Amino acid sequence: MNRLACLVVVIGMALPAFAQDARKSGFDYMGPDTQAMQKDDLANPGMLSVLEGETLWNTPTGKAQKSCAACHGDATQSMKGVAARYPAMDDKTQSAIDLAGRIIQCRVERQEAPAPQREGRELLSLSAFVGRQSRDMPISPPQDAKLAATRAQGAALYSARMGQLNFSCAQCHDDNAGGHLGAAPIPQAHPNGYPLYRLEWQSLGSLQRRFRNCMSGMRAEPFAAGSTEAIALEAFLMERAAGMKLETPAVRP
Amino acid sequence: MARALINVPAKSKRGEIIEIKTLMSHPMETGFRPGMDGQLIPRDIIEKFVCTYNGEVVFSAQLHPAITANPFISFTTIATESGTLVFSWTDNKGETQVQTASIQVE
Ligand code: HEC
Ligand code: HEC
Repeated sequence: MNRLACLVVVIGMALPAFAQDARKSGFDYMGPDTQAMQKDDLANPGMLSVLEGETLWNTPTGKAQKSCAACHGDATQSMKGVAARYPAMDDKTQSAIDLAGRIIQCRVERQEAPAPQREGRELLSLSAFVGRQSRDMPISPPQDAKLAATRAQGAALYSARMGQLNFSCAQCHDDNAGGHLGAAPIPQAHPNGYPLYRLEWQSLGSLQRRFRNCMSGMRAEPFAAGSTEAIALEAFLMERAAGMKLETPAVRP
Repeated sequence: MARALINVPAKSKRGEIIEIKTLMSHPMETGFRPGMDGQLIPRDIIEKFVCTYNGEVVFSAQLHPAITANPFISFTTIATESGTLVFSWTDNKGETQVQTASIQVE
């Protein structure tokens, strides 16, 4: 009896560790050339956006004529680990907010500048620069009970069948991860490299743009960038990838 | 406003073959793609890349519309003497972006 209890405890402890080992970054599915491109900061085209983001960070703008640096100082200190814990709760609106949304908020409310466009160059560069400060840090979703509903919504969307092809995200990214769709390996859909440089896009793009790609492949109507649904999916995927290392700005095929 | 990343070994030995890597931010818009309004997006590409080493051309390339955005060009040369490498990218409107790097040869 005692021995059995002991065995149950051992298995109980071993399982989460085993499940963790089964998770693979999209990086692991790439060819050696693309991996080398990501790893070399002087060959990774995402670094061009990081540099641009750094310039924007230090440039006063808006009616307030304040730069991001004027309030946040040295980003290598103040923004370290920040990207690893978004989406988070926004106390004011009592809803989940993604990192891009937080940057828009500072741009509009604190710099009194026009709201940057989602997927626009300005917001992507700033997000890449802020994200870069958390590179190699583990994804650490906030321990905030108020995010539970958002994550549950994301989990439901992830396994819901959608679109004319009647696929769910989970059918590809859980059931067939490691397989192929045409020539492309199907990754596990981890959000750990964004914003990232996708060779097919020939540019930097956000996680929500990636959702749009997969959803139009499913012939479903893509969630608008910054929508409740897109942020819920993001919050779910970040929780699912908790502990995995951020690679921002990653490169993907 | 275009940005470039350049990798030149800071120090090298005389006679050594060195690898130089350059990454230029550029849309390389082909001129063949229709935009949202159905009209062709005007061509905007880099047409010529030149690298000089203390004034002498050591590498040059002509670029065409099928080349990727943000072209990455890497090549080798022989470290002959300390000095300056000048890189220039010229687009189809005739505008040139120049960047320099110094090299120390012992
Ligand atoms: C029919 C299969 C399929 C479905 C359904 C699908 N995807 Fe994908 N997804 C892919 C493939 C294939 C790739 C990799 C594309 C490539 O590398 O060219 C991908 C890539 C991704 C990535 C990028 C991972 C990385 O490493 O950057 C994310 C995130 C993602 N999908 C999320 C989703 C979400 C969310 C859904 C549901 C809304 C979804 N996908 C539905 C096939 C699918
Ligand atoms: C006038 C001052 C001010 C300016 C200018 C400003 N911010 Fe902020 N920012 C703040 C304050 C205050 C907060 C909230 C801090 C908190 O809640 O702990 C904040 C929060 C943030 C956060 C979330 C930090 C976290 O720990 O969750 C990010 C990211 C951010 N700002 C990015 C930017 C960027 C990028 C810019 C420039 C585009 C910028 N900020 C400009 C004052 C400013």
